[in-house]
Amino acid sequence: MKTQNNKGWFFVLPVLLLVAFNALIPMMTVVNYSVQETFGNNLFFWQGLDWFEQILRSERFHAALGRQFLFTGSILAIEVPLGIAIALAMPRSGFWVPVCLVTMALPMLIPWNVVGAMWNIFTLPDIGLLGYFLNHVLQIPYDMTQNPVAAWATIIVMDVWHWTSLVVLLAYAGLVSIPDAYYQAAKIDGASNWAVFRFIQLPKMKNVLTIAILLRFMDSFNIYTEPFVLTGGGPGNSTTLLSIDLVKIALGQFDLGPAAAMSLIYFAITLLVSWLFYTLMTKDDAN
Amino acid sequence: MFLLWARWQAGGVTMAKITLSNLRHSYYPNPKTVDDYALKQIDLDWQDGGAYALLGPSGCGKSTLLNIISGLLTPSEGQVLFDGKDMTHLPPDARNIAQVFQFPVIYDTMTVYDNLAFPLRNRGVPEDRIASRIAEIAAMLEVSDMLKTRAAGLSPDNKQKISMGRALVRDDVNVVMFDEPLTVIDPHLKWKLRSKLKELHQRVRATMIYVTHDQTEALTFADQVVVMQDGEIVQIGTPVELFERPNHVFVGHFIGSPGMNVLECELRDGGAFFQGQHVALEGAIRPDMTGKPQIGIRPEFVTLGSSGIAATVRKVADIGRHSIVETRAGNQKIALVVEGDTPAQGDKVFLTFQTGQTRLYSDGWLATTQEAAQ
Repeated sequence: MKTQNNKGWFFVLPVLLLVAFNALIPMMTVVNYSVQETFGNNLFFWQGLDWFEQILRSERFHAALGRQFLFTGSILAIEVPLGIAIALAMPRSGFWVPVCLVTMALPMLIPWNVVGAMWNIFTLPDIGLLGYFLNHVLQIPYDMTQNPVAAWATIIVMDVWHWTSLVVLLAYAGLVSIPDAYYQAAKIDGASNWAVFRFIQLPKMKNVLTIAILLRFMDSFNIYTEPFVLTGGGPGNSTTLLSIDLVKIALGQFDLGPAAAMSLIYFAITLLVSWLFYTLMTKDDAN
Repeated sequence: MFLLWARWQAGGVTMAKITLSNLRHSYYPNPKTVDDYALKQIDLDWQDGGAYALLGPSGCGKSTLLNIISGLLTPSEGQVLFDGKDMTHLPPDARNIAQVFQFPVIYDTMTVYDNLAFPLRNRGVPEDRIASRIAEIAAMLEVSDMLKTRAAGLSPDNKQKISMGRALVRDDVNVVMFDEPLTVIDPHLKWKLRSKLKELHQRVRATMIYVTHDQTEALTFADQVVVMQDGEIVQIGTPVELFERPNHVFVGHFIGSPGMNVLECELRDGGAFFQGQHVALEGAIRPDMTGKPQIGIRPEFVTLGSSGIAATVRKVADIGRHSIVETRAGNQKIALVVEGDTPAQGDKVFLTFQTGQTRLYSDGWLATTQEAAQ
């Protein structure tokens, strides 16, 4: 018989309590809502999985989910290559390193709703700097409150402006950790610049890029404040992403049951994609 | 193996004599004093096919010198010539050199085979020729069975073997340089790789330069050892020459264990006196010597006797086949190697110096000749 020391569990207890109160218990209330119908006054009626079925079959949900993937896909497709390119172009030593790093970090220090408000004013057709410039100097008709394409372009550019720095900083951290000997060896081996990138820099950046993509996926998939302040989901429903739609259902229509079911599905999708991505990216390291 | 040898015989290999002429290097943009130079003045010929070691303590400029030869660094002054051709300003890939670094450099995402093929593919060598070259080199390095595995998962010594393989796989290299290649290798594998390198040199016959601060590595690998200190070459010679006749007290200290005894002395009447006693030297003192005189004698050539220099035994260390006895004569320390019975700590002893191995140094530099004194 092996004697087991179970003292360790006591040390986990505080964390367990913390997680219980800030995550598990709130989430269980959501689960509770998702299987019942309520008309207020603390009256509940059992619905089973009806809400889940309804959400999964609803075209409105499909459309919002589609927009969400389009948004996340677009910003990842821009931010990751752009972030790597900027990191490669940044100096590795000298006076300009801190200047570049601080400049890069600035957009990330601005609160989400301020970013939304800034871009809202920035893009106003008649008085915003960008809006005025596009409409009156370049003569390109641009009004993101009227035109869905303009609205999409604006939220994507805004997110790229706000978050490319994260990819830059992580990629830069990966790049500076590569010892000089690798570059010297590559020079001696006669490697081209592309080969240096492909066989030295990219593999050495793989781990930090995995983290960067994961963070950007989760953040952009759950994005709410910036597009809410900027477009409010409009014009029409053209920029109504999942989170905006969820809030409309929960607080606008006060359909707590469907909203709870939707938020659980939303959560499951985020978790599933993150898990799949992380498992795929790290499966080589295991063996 | 014969094929490889035959190709070299047929002249398929371009090797070259490497000449460093008036080489000086400083990492400062505007060096003013001599101390601003990492390399002070280097004039040196590396003969085609030689096995050289560049030996010196950390910071003596040996890696700087290596990087200048490989082209990773352009010297502030002077020239690098390959067979008389000026290479000073050519980049590394135009020089046909190969270098193995302190830490194994391997391309993580590639297999061992692709790692070895990389320098050849970059130079447009046909695949069938690459395959035959890799087969030869892999057999020499004993890595044939791991060609298909991913290089990232290998142990450090195998990774370093792959780095060496990438250097040796090209048959057009003028020189293969090793920059302290055994630093990260476990001690019990060090000697294996070291003898492997020696064997490789004998097979491949390429010029090899091995940079190290470890005297054992240098002395076992090289036919000629270049000893550096503070950006200068203090002596070039075979391991035996460095041991027996150090040109500078630094070489005496640095090579040998324990290092050479260096004793303050007086010069009088054309002879050297230690603690008031006349000490016979190997030969005549250079007439132009003016610096501070010191006697240099290796512990191996100091013997215990019934007369000679009086000393007290301070410490006795039994290191296996012999003992190292540390004595003190006046305020100076003299170590000696004793076979068999050793005196005890605190004993009063008399020391004699073997005349042919007793030398005089002037400001650190050798100041006796082996010609008889008049």
